[in-house]
Parts: sequence; structure tokens; C-alpha cells
Amino acid sequence: MAEVTLTGISKNYGDEVALDDVTMTIPDGAFVVLLGPTGAGKTTTLRMVSGLDKPDTGAVTIGGRDMAALTPAQRDVAMVFQQYSLYPHLTVRQNLEFPLKSPILKTPQAEIDRKVGEVAEVLQITHKLDNKATALSGGEMQRVSIGRALVREPSVYLMDEPLSSLDAKLRSDLRIELKSIQADSGATMLYVTHDQTEAMTMATHVGVLDNGRLVQYGSPREIYEDPVSIYAASRLGQPRINVLPSDVFGGAPSTATHIGLRPEQIMQGDGEDSFVQRVEHLGDQTRLHLSFKSHDLITVTDARTILKEGDIIKIRPDKPFFFDASGARIS
Amino acid sequence: MSFSVTEPTKGTKWFAGILVIGYACITLVPLLWIVATGFKSPADSIAYPPVVVFEPTLEGYVNLFTDRTRATPDMIEAAGPAETWYDQIARERGTVISGPSRYGERFLNSVIIGFGSTFLCMVLGTMAAYAFSRFKVPLKDDLLFFILSTRMMPPIAVAIPIFLMFRNLGLNDTHLGMILLYTAVNLSLSVWLLKGFIDEIPIEYEEAALIDGYTRFQAFYKVVLPQAATGIASTAIFCLIFAWNEYAFAVLLTSGTAQTAPPFIPTIIGTSGKDWPAVAAGATIFLVPVMVFTILLRKHLLRGITFGAVRK
Repeated sequence: MAEVTLTGISKNYGDEVALDDVTMTIPDGAFVVLLGPTGAGKTTTLRMVSGLDKPDTGAVTIGGRDMAALTPAQRDVAMVFQQYSLYPHLTVRQNLEFPLKSPILKTPQAEIDRKVGEVAEVLQITHKLDNKATALSGGEMQRVSIGRALVREPSVYLMDEPLSSLDAKLRSDLRIELKSIQADSGATMLYVTHDQTEAMTMATHVGVLDNGRLVQYGSPREIYEDPVSIYAASRLGQPRINVLPSDVFGGAPSTATHIGLRPEQIMQGDGEDSFVQRVEHLGDQTRLHLSFKSHDLITVTDARTILKEGDIIKIRPDKPFFFDASGARIS
Repeated sequence: MSFSVTEPTKGTKWFAGILVIGYACITLVPLLWIVATGFKSPADSIAYPPVVVFEPTLEGYVNLFTDRTRATPDMIEAAGPAETWYDQIARERGTVISGPSRYGERFLNSVIIGFGSTFLCMVLGTMAAYAFSRFKVPLKDDLLFFILSTRMMPPIAVAIPIFLMFRNLGLNDTHLGMILLYTAVNLSLSVWLLKGFIDEIPIEYEEAALIDGYTRFQAFYKVVLPQAATGIASTAIFCLIFAWNEYAFAVLLTSGTAQTAPPFIPTIIGTSGKDWPAVAAGATIFLVPVMVFTILLRKHLLRGITFGAVRK
């Protein structure tokens, strides 16, 4: 339960720039999701906060205390690693007990048993407690790894794609579970994911990273409705935002080179003709693959649409985004 | 017919079996020879063609553990009946036991020096290997090469400087001196072998432990050491075998209080004729500790290294 601040953090690994002047404030109790492709600096950001790596320049504070001289153990953070990192020589139970038995916590055994039991219940691994950590499936290892973080009550949780290798059902269960654990405990959470459903449903704040730079930081809604660039706009939204040259529709500002259209920014039944290339019925919605002046577009339409391949439908932009040559948004 | 990489065919199993048995015969015959000679009488031990079936006797072992003096039949008669079975054996050979030999002490010296240097070598080697594996050590590659280079000449090449150094330091013929010397010689082997094993252990385990509230050193012994057990066990066996069998330094640097068994065993020959059974008995007993140590650590040798709970 603490506010985390990053101020001007830069980090290079050899010639590789991992983080470039990242500044962000994670308010106490916030659930911050970091988005970006592989190599954008998401994991490095977690490592800076955890103390596993030190920034080349810049400062990290947790709860107002400068972390520069503190070891990971002293920072009171819990981390879920992308690679699970379960201790292979220990059982599941011993893995979960490990942080509680640390010389810093020295939890009494009764307390340990209670907490391990609770966490195992939540993560549905009670029947596996006495298995060797190596004798688990990938999904089970991932749950134990989450459990090892949840048995503690640290000031900050750091999670690196914790739900990535779970099946869809378990993932949606745990998404809700993690969110409620975080909300109940009031813990601050820094969470890395590729999954935009996780980002949209769990986050109070989203940070968009691009090659080590924090390009936008705000609520999920803000990032979605008011992206600063093509890059940021592409992080959220399913199907993805359509980016076309700005002159295919009229009315673009003179400096604009691209127009960005999310499905809901494409008005159907009015405007210019487009050609339906493919219709995908997903049950709750239908995706239309359109061809407009030889550009491809994907949009969403009524679930029970009678449109079919080869039809012609009129479309026009509705409050679209315009971007300049560098990809930055023009307001 | 299905072919699998993991399951050998019947033919290859037979072939492998024959190969292993053949190799075992070649390596075991000298060993069996030594063990058998220890139970032969002096006459049988030098018989030609060699005697394969013989009447076993403990004479070699008695001679190994005792000092004896020659005695005329009259003197033996006068001494009265033999009190023990080993007295009896000695008397049958026309000798009287005058006291225990020094083999026991020498053997104990071997145990102290061999296991002492192995232990020290593992403690220092594991920590050095861990540091080389995990930390940014300045001039790391040069240092590793330098450590290895101590093995590029036969250790005996530096015998004279070491002899002089030991004399000045008062380490000649001391347990401490021999332990330090064998540790120094073995350290290059243990650092290199152990570095390889520790490199194999993913660093994520320690990072997890650091975050779980442990210090670097606690993470080292709670997480790294258990997983390096296989490597530590096999390295320890190598170090022990070297220290246990070392002859040249032991001859040069020890003569009395700290003399190990290897330089002592050949001296048995000279006491009363060529007593091969006693020498063979000494060698047989000398084999036992290394064999026991290896068998005790066998389970670690056979166990796989780290079957990952880390996703690659």
C-alpha cells in the first residue's frame, strides 16, 4: 500500500536502450497496466521497481522513500515472473511458504498454514500442494507463481504476464479474482500484459511503452478515446483501429497524413460506397472486412446483419482521429 | 517398425551391454588382482604362472598392520602358545609381533588431508564459481584463464619452490600444509566444473528469492546450492580422488606426522623381503574410502541437473 514514482528512469543493456527517460506516478492503490510489444521496456520497468536492476539514471520511490540503496528484499514488493521461476527442489507448499519464511517476515507456522491454504483455494491448486514444483503443468506452475506473490501483503505487486499460459476459462476467473484481491487489499499493482481485455477490465491506469519511452499514461478510457499517436491508438481496441491515408475521405486538416478509424467511428449507410469482402459472424457481433478505394478496413456491425460477401455498403467517418507524418495525433 | 530416440532397439541394447561388460573387465582385472594378492601367501603372490585358485590367508593384512621381529623356533616355543589368531599367523612364519605398524596413522592422515582439502576446495570453489557465474568480475575471462593455467603443467613442476616455501612457513610435514596444497591444486578444476553447473541454473530462481525477502547469500544457499548438488557431488569426487591418490608431493613434503598412505605403502616392501601381499592389502584398504564416498554420492551423480520450473 504505497505510492510508487519513477522519475527520469533510463536504462541501457549494452547498446540496447531498454528505458528512455520514463517518468510516471502510480497512485496508492492504483492498478497500472503496462502495454507495448516485446522489447518496449515493460519487464524492465518492473525490474527497476523491484530492485533486480538499477536504473542508469533516475530515481524510484515507494511510499515516498527513495529506493536507490535498498535491496529487493528491503523494498517489500512481490513479483510474479513471466517464466514462473518456481523453486524446482521444493514442493508447491514449500514454494508458497518460501516468502513467508523469509528472515524479514518470519511468519509463525499457524499463520503460514492459514495463508497458504487460502491462496491455494483461490488459485484452485489445493490438491497439488504436496507435488514437486516440477511435476506441474504450465498453467499450474503459473498459478503457484501467482500464489507465491499473493501469500504476502507487500506494498506493491509486480506481475509480468501472470495469466498468459492459462486457458480462457481460468484466465477470466483469475482476472476477476486478482482484481478483487487488489481492490480489497488496496495494494498498488503494476501489471504487464499483451492482453487488452486484461488491460481494459482491470486497469485504473494504462501506460503505453514504445521502445523504452512512456508515450501515454492515463485511464484505459482516455487511452482508447484520446490516443496521442497511431502507436498508442493501436494498443487498444478489437478489431484494431484502421489507419488510412488522410485523403481517402475529405475534410482532413492540412497537416494530417493519416486518418484513424475505430469501428465505431465508421458510420454505415451514409457516405461513399465500399465493397464487402468478408463477413465474420462472432455471435455477439459481426465483423465486416471492407474494401474502400482499394484500402482494407475492418469494422463491426449488427450481430444479425443480412450483409454478405460482394455487397456494397456506404460508409463515412464519424469524429475520426487525424495523425501527422510522424504518427502523432492532430487534435 | 517404429523408431524412437529414447528407446533403444534390442540390438543396440545388446551391443551397449557387451561394450560395457568388456570395458568393465579391462578396468576391473587389475583391481581384482590387487584384492586377490592381498589374500595370497607370499609364495603364491609371486608364483608363475599366476595362481588363480589359492588358499586365502590373512597374512598380508597381519603384516600390513603389525611390526614383527624374526625369531628362532626356540624363542617362539619359549614365548608360549599364541594369544591371538594374528599372533598365530606371525609365528607360523617364524616371526613375533612387536607392535602395530604405522599404516593406521598414515591411513588416518590420508583421510584428514583428503577429505579436508576436498571440503575446503568445495567451499571455496562453489563460492568462486558462483561469483564468476553471476557477477561482473573485472578481467573475468583473464582470471578464469589464469586459474586454469595452474593446471597446464604437472603440479610437481613447482615442487621445489613449494618445498622451500613450506620450509620457511613451517608447513613441512603438517596436515595443514598438505590440505592447503591439495586445495590449491584442485581449486582450478573445481572452479571450472562448478561454474559450468552454476551457469546452468537459471538466474530467475535467485531473483525470485531476492524478492521473496532473502539476501543474496541466503538465496545462494537456499536456492542455488540445492540445485547445484549434482555438480558439487561430482566435483567433490574428482577432488577427493586426486588428493587421495597424490604421491609426488606427499613423498617430498611429508615424512612423519603428516605422511599419507601412498608414500607409505611402498615402504612396506622393504621391511622383510618383498612382501607383495602386505602391499596389496594396503592398497585394497586404501581403495575403500573413495569407493564408499562415490557410492554415497551416486544418487546425485545420476540425478538430472535442473529439470526446469522455468519456462524457456
